[in-house]
Amino acid sequence: MIEVDGLTVRFGGVTSLDGMSVTFESGTCGLIGPNGAGKTTFFNVLSGFVRPAAGTVRAFGEDLLSMVHFRRARWGVRRTFQTEQAIEQLSVFDNVAMIHEHARLGGAGRRRDVLDAIEFVGLDADPSAKVATLAAGQRRLVEVARAVVGRPRLVLLDEPAAGLPETETEHLSEVIRRIPGQAGALTILVDHDMSLVSACCETTAVLDFGKLIASGPTAEVLRDERVVSAYLGTAEVL
Amino acid sequence: MADTAVRTDRPRQRSPLPKPGTGTLVRAGVVAVLLLFALFGLPQLLSLYYIDSMTQVAVWSMAALGLGVLVGRVGLVSLGQVAVLSIGAWVAARLLFATAQPYPLVLLEAGLITMLIGTLIGLPALRLRGLYLALITLMLAGAITVVLATANFPNGGHGFFGYNGSLVRIPPIRRPGIAGSDPAYFRYAVVVAAVMFLLVLVHIRSRPGRAWAAIRQSEPAALAAGINTWFYKLWALALASFITGVAGGVLAGADHYLYSIDFPTYYSITLLAVVLMGGAYSLWGAIVAGLLWQLLPSVLQTWGVSADWLTILFGVGVLQVLTTAPAGLADQVPKDLARLGRLLRRLAERGRAGRGGVMAR
Repeated sequence: MIEVDGLTVRFGGVTSLDGMSVTFESGTCGLIGPNGAGKTTFFNVLSGFVRPAAGTVRAFGEDLLSMVHFRRARWGVRRTFQTEQAIEQLSVFDNVAMIHEHARLGGAGRRRDVLDAIEFVGLDADPSAKVATLAAGQRRLVEVARAVVGRPRLVLLDEPAAGLPETETEHLSEVIRRIPGQAGALTILVDHDMSLVSACCETTAVLDFGKLIASGPTAEVLRDERVVSAYLGTAEVL
Repeated sequence: MADTAVRTDRPRQRSPLPKPGTGTLVRAGVVAVLLLFALFGLPQLLSLYYIDSMTQVAVWSMAALGLGVLVGRVGLVSLGQVAVLSIGAWVAARLLFATAQPYPLVLLEAGLITMLIGTLIGLPALRLRGLYLALITLMLAGAITVVLATANFPNGGHGFFGYNGSLVRIPPIRRPGIAGSDPAYFRYAVVVAAVMFLLVLVHIRSRPGRAWAAIRQSEPAALAAGINTWFYKLWALALASFITGVAGGVLAGADHYLYSIDFPTYYSITLLAVVLMGGAYSLWGAIVAGLLWQLLPSVLQTWGVSADWLTILFGVGVLQVLTTAPAGLADQVPKDLARLGRLLRRLAERGRAGRGGVMAR
């Protein structure tokens, strides 16, 4: 469970997150909102890239904000990025093994664990192939494999389906739905594809101009008048 | 829940991990042949003038290798690498005059002391990137040049600096007993350079190399993967300083006499230019950089062309590389040669087909 209380982030005169308070219980949770609403900023706070001006984040009872950024991977925070960040110069295997190598997860089961993660995401590529040689969809899956390898506790997926064709989005949706059950992690999904969010997330929170305007079961949230007015524009997106 | 790793039960069908393939073995074979040719063939073929030039190529290839680790592997642009080289040369010269230690030990000490100094100097700069880091390292290089111009290089004098301005007969910096002659010292320099290249290769193929690749592409992605980016940047800085320090030690023995004017600040900029031209992302690029930096002037001099033209040539070369071949000549030339080979093959096939047609008529 992730408990966020009064989280505020300011960049100069711009308030990117304004007293955000929300609880992400378990399973896969959605986080939606218009561009500039503060979704990626929230992920950056959880990753340790941005220091908030105020507020607390307790992750499974622990104070997440007090951890040094690179140690959060060791604790169990994993993430993907809006712009895919698989390391081109490394092989698929090395990209995924990087988490094991630096998060001190122990070397005995590394090989098996990494190959399992690659298989879990359904990546149809040779693990020894350089990421630079892969197609965009495959590179996305490498990032997701990196997010689920080892013992993740919190998986943050930042627009993982951006730019993917429908068939690949469907495959990704199936993978995301399996993460909490098989990897045992609380997953937070940010995406503008409402059919993906609806298919994957039991609960959803909505940000607008840094403020939380709604949260609850996904179907209810997507019918919420404030959400329709601020973001969706129509209640028939589903 | 948190202790559950992803598990799949389906049988695995893919080839699991990279294994040394034919390409790797061929590359290793080519390297071995080239190394043997450099050690035993070149000293027989070249005049003393060119042997000295090739010794300098070995030295500057090491300096380029160090810079390549920073620029090509981690993405840190340093404009102070020649100043680091001068520190290595100074330390080695001081130790060679003051002690009778074996040469390899002096090289190791020069590398370690330079590593310590280079890392301490570079430590604050690690908070910076890009243009600001380049500017800071350039300013540091300028400061080191000023200090060396004041302190002078050791010339057999006493005291901490080992410099005596009133010496009439200045003793040369000694070379190792087994490599007193120029051809023997060239071989010695090649062996030291080979060890340094191997050291970098081991790094690239292991944990730090993978961490550097991640840092170079995306620091946030590296942090998210649990990589302590500050530590691994420091590691790269230490490795680059060590290699450059050892190169300085080899340079001390090659030149016999060292002067601060041999290490002007702008050399660091030119070194970056040749590293970019050679290819900052590959080990071969460092050798190409060494050849461009030291062999090309010697060749031009033999042809009676002023080496000053090189400044213009390097400027044009960097422009060309940055716009058309960002991975440098080490990457581009093999590709161009392969393309040329394909073109010649096609032309030959067309010629054969044309002749066949005439005969049929």
